[in-house]
Amino acid sequence: MHTKTITELSRALKQREFSSVELTRAYLQRIERHNPALNAYITVTAERALEQARAADARLAKNEGGALTGVPIAQKDIFCTKGVKTSCGSRMLDNFIAPYDATTVERFNAAGAVMLGKTNMDEFAMGSSNETSFYGPVKNPWDPAAVPGGSSGGSAAAIAARLAPAATGTDTGGSIRQPAALCNLTGLKPTYGRVSRYGMIAFASSLDQGGPMARTAADCALLMQVMAGFDARDSTSVDRPVPDYAAALNDSIKGLKIGLPREYFGAGLDGKVAQAIDAAVKEYEKLGAVVKEISLPNTPLAVPVYYVIAPAECSSNLSRFDGVRYGYRCKDPVDLLDLYERSRGEGFGAEVKRRIMIGTYVLSAGYYDAYYLKAQKLRRLISDDFKRAFEQVDVIMGPTAPTVAFNLGEKTDDPVTMYLSDIYTIAVNLAGLPAISLPAGFVGKRPLGLQVIGNYFDEPRLLNAVHQYQKVTDWHRRAPEGFE
Amino acid sequence: MALTASDVKKIARLARLAVVEQDIPAYARNLSNIMGLVEQMNAVDTREATPMAHPLELPARLRPDQITETIQRELFQSIAPRVEAGLYLVPKVIE
Repeated sequence: MHTKTITELSRALKQREFSSVELTRAYLQRIERHNPALNAYITVTAERALEQARAADARLAKNEGGALTGVPIAQKDIFCTKGVKTSCGSRMLDNFIAPYDATTVERFNAAGAVMLGKTNMDEFAMGSSNETSFYGPVKNPWDPAAVPGGSSGGSAAAIAARLAPAATGTDTGGSIRQPAALCNLTGLKPTYGRVSRYGMIAFASSLDQGGPMARTAADCALLMQVMAGFDARDSTSVDRPVPDYAAALNDSIKGLKIGLPREYFGAGLDGKVAQAIDAAVKEYEKLGAVVKEISLPNTPLAVPVYYVIAPAECSSNLSRFDGVRYGYRCKDPVDLLDLYERSRGEGFGAEVKRRIMIGTYVLSAGYYDAYYLKAQKLRRLISDDFKRAFEQVDVIMGPTAPTVAFNLGEKTDDPVTMYLSDIYTIAVNLAGLPAISLPAGFVGKRPLGLQVIGNYFDEPRLLNAVHQYQKVTDWHRRAPEGFE
Repeated sequence: MALTASDVKKIARLARLAVVEQDIPAYARNLSNIMGLVEQMNAVDTREATPMAHPLELPARLRPDQITETIQRELFQSIAPRVEAGLYLVPKVIE
């Protein structure tokens, strides 16, 4: 059962080939067997999952329910789940039992999906390797010496190891796409505002966006159908009709105009990754797409700009964690200042503290214009690069990450080196565009991803382009050794 | 942009973060490196650029001034570190 995509599972459940309870049990057994080595889940909600599975079976027996009824999924531990620990990968929220459900969780519940548990992640989604988690690093199922990517590293490892057929992720600078690339998955970062962020713990509010992670584009389309849509409780939610994401999957991509930004193929890109990306682009040409070189001249500025804007917003968002109303509180505070400072100093890990301090610094008196305002102006230039590109092409393609997965511990001593691993994903968040990463080959045992960037709200076109590629290739069908 | 130990202490105080004395040199080094990365922004002239605060240029949405939330004090306080008689407890603020 664990070899099936959710598209296949959905069909099998409807035809009563097996029940949701049987399916859920099979996944829970796999989690029990493999999770201790991988550390992909922080919390496994076995009882609740079986309860949801029984309810789903009752709906299916009456020929009710939709595509996801009875299908197990995992939730990144950044989404609040009522009555279940929601840690965000942090000691600060190790004791936090969310008093309400995130909109995304609510929507999956209403669709009849079964939640297997909450997946590991970089602390407060700040990281590209899942090594900043309070609960320890996650291993990449393709190679236990490698990181799974981050911040949605637990979701990625869980799907790659067949410990969940799909999961949610969030993407502030690449946190869905980079782990998807490093674990041979399909991961979609939707247009900013497309998926509600209510109950999704905030990191950088002008960049954060939730999205689906699965093995195929067809699966991502099913998940998006549940996740996307207006939510009055999220002030950045976009009130715009939700398309049928599966409707265009089978359309021909003959004549699709693909732009290859020369800045994404320069120094810093691993030669073997470049070769694999070239081969994937050739495959698209065989499918009838037309390829054209384009330029996104401000690409080199994306990482510096991001490391002003994201920390500035994080320092503001994370000021709510003060040890007073919920979360970690230090022992025996002598006064209120001591309570704040030690609760935060002890509750946050080193990377989160670094980013809060950078954010505090760039927003402090006298520095605002030099850093924050400057970054906002450059953000405009980066966004304008994409606008010009989309006047010439339908989608933009390139590598998701400059290399395959690096080794655990390889980049933990130098934050800046770690930050540069997100060089191809960050600009998309600054502009607010949708982008998807899909399996496109391997270097040795380690997978790599092709990134397809689309214009605002053009998710159906991205899913269509990926689905057509997945019909003629088999990268996405490969499973890591020991997890087949 | 090199940040000194005293810069780190000042920033940590502004951010309400207790930082252990022995960790300060590492913070100074790492934060200086990050600010070095950030300084690359200065290579570009932005005098003509309009700042972009948000990816989608949407007006702020207004809602009717109606009560939509219910009071759930007991539920929320059930996860608080310290409460008494419906109040959150913190160390004494006023002598």
